[in-house]
Amino acid sequence: MAGKVKWVTDIEKSVLINNFEKRGWVQVTENEDWNFYWMSVQTIRNVFSVETGYRLSDDQIVNHFPNHYELTRKDLMVKNIKRYRKELEKEGSPLAEKDENGKYLYLDFVPVTYMLPADYNLFVEEFRKSPSSTWIMKPCGKAQGKGIFLINKLSQIKKWSRDSKTSSFVSQSTKEAYVISLYINNPLLIGGRKFDLRLYVLVSTYRPLRCYMYKLGFCRFCTVKYTPSTSELDNMFVHLTNVAIQKHGEDYNHIHGGKWTVSNLRLYLESTRGREVTSKLFDEVHWIIVQSLKAVAPVMNNDKHCFECYGYDIIIDDKLKPWLIEVNASPSLTSSTANDRILKYNLINDTLNIAVPNGEIPDCKWNKSPPKEVLGNYEILYDEELAQGEGADRELRSRSGQSLGPRAGRLRDTGRTVLTTWK
Amino acid sequence: MLQEESDLSLIIAQIVQKLKGSSLYGQLERQAWASLQRPEIKLESLKEDIKEFFKISGWEKKLQNAVYSELSVFPLPSHPAAPPEHLKEPLVYMRKAQGSWEKRILKSLNSMCTELSIPLARKRPVGEQKELLNKWNEMGTDEPDLSLFRPVYAPKDFLEVLINLRNPNYENGDSLSFRTHLGLIQVPLKVKDIPELLRCDEQSSANVPMITLPPSTKSFSELFENEHVRIGQKVLAEQDSAAAQQYIRQGSPTALRAELWALILNISSQPEDILYYEQLKTNVIQHDLLVDSLIYKDVKLTASNDDYYFVFEDYLYQVLLCFSRDTSVLDHFAYNSASPPKSYIRGKLGLEEYAVFYPPNGVIPFHGFSMYVAPLCFLYHEPSKLYQIFREMYVRFFFRLHSISSHPSGIVSLCLLFETLLQTYLPQLFYHLREIGAQPLRISFKWMVRAFSGYLATDQLLLLWDRILGYNSLEILAVLAAAVFAFRAVNLMEVTSLAAAEAVLADLSTLKVMPLLQIFLFATVT
Repeated sequence: MAGKVKWVTDIEKSVLINNFEKRGWVQVTENEDWNFYWMSVQTIRNVFSVETGYRLSDDQIVNHFPNHYELTRKDLMVKNIKRYRKELEKEGSPLAEKDENGKYLYLDFVPVTYMLPADYNLFVEEFRKSPSSTWIMKPCGKAQGKGIFLINKLSQIKKWSRDSKTSSFVSQSTKEAYVISLYINNPLLIGGRKFDLRLYVLVSTYRPLRCYMYKLGFCRFCTVKYTPSTSELDNMFVHLTNVAIQKHGEDYNHIHGGKWTVSNLRLYLESTRGREVTSKLFDEVHWIIVQSLKAVAPVMNNDKHCFECYGYDIIIDDKLKPWLIEVNASPSLTSSTANDRILKYNLINDTLNIAVPNGEIPDCKWNKSPPKEVLGNYEILYDEELAQGEGADRELRSRSGQSLGPRAGRLRDTGRTVLTTWK
Repeated sequence: MLQEESDLSLIIAQIVQKLKGSSLYGQLERQAWASLQRPEIKLESLKEDIKEFFKISGWEKKLQNAVYSELSVFPLPSHPAAPPEHLKEPLVYMRKAQGSWEKRILKSLNSMCTELSIPLARKRPVGEQKELLNKWNEMGTDEPDLSLFRPVYAPKDFLEVLINLRNPNYENGDSLSFRTHLGLIQVPLKVKDIPELLRCDEQSSANVPMITLPPSTKSFSELFENEHVRIGQKVLAEQDSAAAQQYIRQGSPTALRAELWALILNISSQPEDILYYEQLKTNVIQHDLLVDSLIYKDVKLTASNDDYYFVFEDYLYQVLLCFSRDTSVLDHFAYNSASPPKSYIRGKLGLEEYAVFYPPNGVIPFHGFSMYVAPLCFLYHEPSKLYQIFREMYVRFFFRLHSISSHPSGIVSLCLLFETLLQTYLPQLFYHLREIGAQPLRISFKWMVRAFSGYLATDQLLLLWDRILGYNSLEILAVLAAAVFAFRAVNLMEVTSLAAAEAVLADLSTLKVMPLLQIFLFATVT
């Protein structure tokens, strides 16, 4: 019988280590022969960088794709989605259909975003169209809400205007890159508070695309009542839902941690808004996740040694439209409450069951098609092979009995078959 | 036959009396006058034509719903000569016990008042009023210092009172026999056994069992679900309270629940209801009551820490603070064994003209009270509607959970029902727990007093409350409590202390109510 799986990690979190130990795996260092390495994003950069020329062998698996930043860096994600949309438009796909105002009907799920300082002039043009709007500035490479601030006046971002005028080559390497997005100032409020959705999505391969959605996502609530008032633009407790920020608030509660399960959200929305609009909302959430993955699939290095578990951040506005805010490559494994710890432990457990079948020494040549029983709390979000192979029926069933909903209906109206929606 | 007829006419007279004072009466009158303009109303057959018009326009339905509502809430008079106390509570010893319990609560409240030198009520200065108005939607933040306040009482204090309840006319002798009740409650009240629970309640003539068996296969269940939703939508379209009540016995689809409950409770948001709520809000702004601090404290201790309800903290203040000032709630004391506490204007002790009810609605909140409101926040997000629904739920059901009475849905009967079910159908378990000093009621009491709010997952809780509304009875709380013990019986048989038993039963959040009840009611009966 093959030996025990040898694991390494540079993230010292109990939810990870407990999972490795319960499988009877053996801990080794990175210089030894290892089978499974749960890396931080810094390490993956080194592993796959051109200089080190690391070559992974068939029995080695890592938890990131080499160029995951195509999806997880805010500026690159937007770039890829814009490119994807333009491509679809060029080939005349019904998905790229626009309405009378020039807005995409099905692919408008990222708030209007510009890179700074590169797109500064384009941004100013857009800003002038609706001068009373609020915009959110986010540093491209940071996480946990660090460095984010809101603006409603051009003067607040003067220094990026200066940078754009100088030679772009020099300044961009010294100044930090930012993205500026239209701030969603009409978020759906529950109990008067703003919240966002954190959903976990596991991708085992990009080509063909195979991804799973964790059923137990959660909502993160702000501790302070939401107000779009301009006097509170600086109050990050009102606007940013990151737990890293909220937990420093006065009213932060360590028992529930300001978190709600997605099933609570569903219960609340169904009870107060009705079943159809709630189902439509959740269908749309699934849709935008799949579209975002399809957008980066062509540029992703689909290394067979890799899988990745992303943390998707989504905000719902008061018209029940979901917006993709960002995708995290290294979602936090810190537990803020007891429930949290259980959730993250189970998340890793189910992830490992899918990525490392039977807990045995991996062979990266396997077909990455786990049997249904090991999915645990994951459900298949999209399986490209299934969708192409046996047609729409199988794909419908693989979405856990959910109907394709309005998407299919609308596209059928345009004369194409259901199959093409998922190609 | 004659007796029945005279009973009926008495009931009719009572209901007519009650409805004449309601806004519905005014509306019907206005409608009748307006209908005279219509061509189909002829002078010769005025009465019949107007009746016909009411039927077609849906006003008859509204009247029907109002009558049905009255019938559900008010107990039927037993005898025309019965004094009003009998309507509250027919048994003397129960009335006495409730009276002395109330005295204790009031004493506790007054002493807290004196200790902290806080008046029971005071008018707010204008500056404070303005501030509160601004903060109305976020009273949860920046709360006053509540460290010195304690809840007036907690469920376990109330349990001690119930345990000591005795009927002075009842002597059961000292010798133990198989008839001896092993539980904590020692009063001779009639409670149902499982066959009786499974039979229909007295009001409906159709033989509908209390809990129906679910269809067994998955595909059938989806068909059943869709059909169920379709029927629910039809019931809502008809706007018939009685039909809605029958329908909801099978549980409500999530999307229809809010409307169904409103229909069953006969709540429609009329402009005058919204105005009434605004008036209560004004009262809150203008005057500060001591009970407000108790409410704050309670919410902070319970709902704020709850995984499901913390989001709605601010709604709870908005509902409960207004509730304390709502004098229309005093009406329910006509059929509640409890009586509202009386307070006297300073210096006028004993003079009836200077007596006021305190708090204005006569209900002193206890530890966990806010949990009655919390689950409703999942259904209603408009404060005035939320308020109306809660108030109606309170005066129909919740008040029975913390007053001493002989009513079959009263907490005393529920406790006895729980213990009897356990002793009858799980005698070994009951005996074992009693032997290790873990009387089951000590654990299940808090579940029943709170109607399981905060113990079950919200979706399950709502399914449970569907049945409370459907059967117009709280007995299901006792049945569920027994069913939980039955479910965990194997583990409970192995524990050796009260603390260990509490630990086994500490987390109910994963339980599914309907399967649990079904197993208990259908599989336990041999």
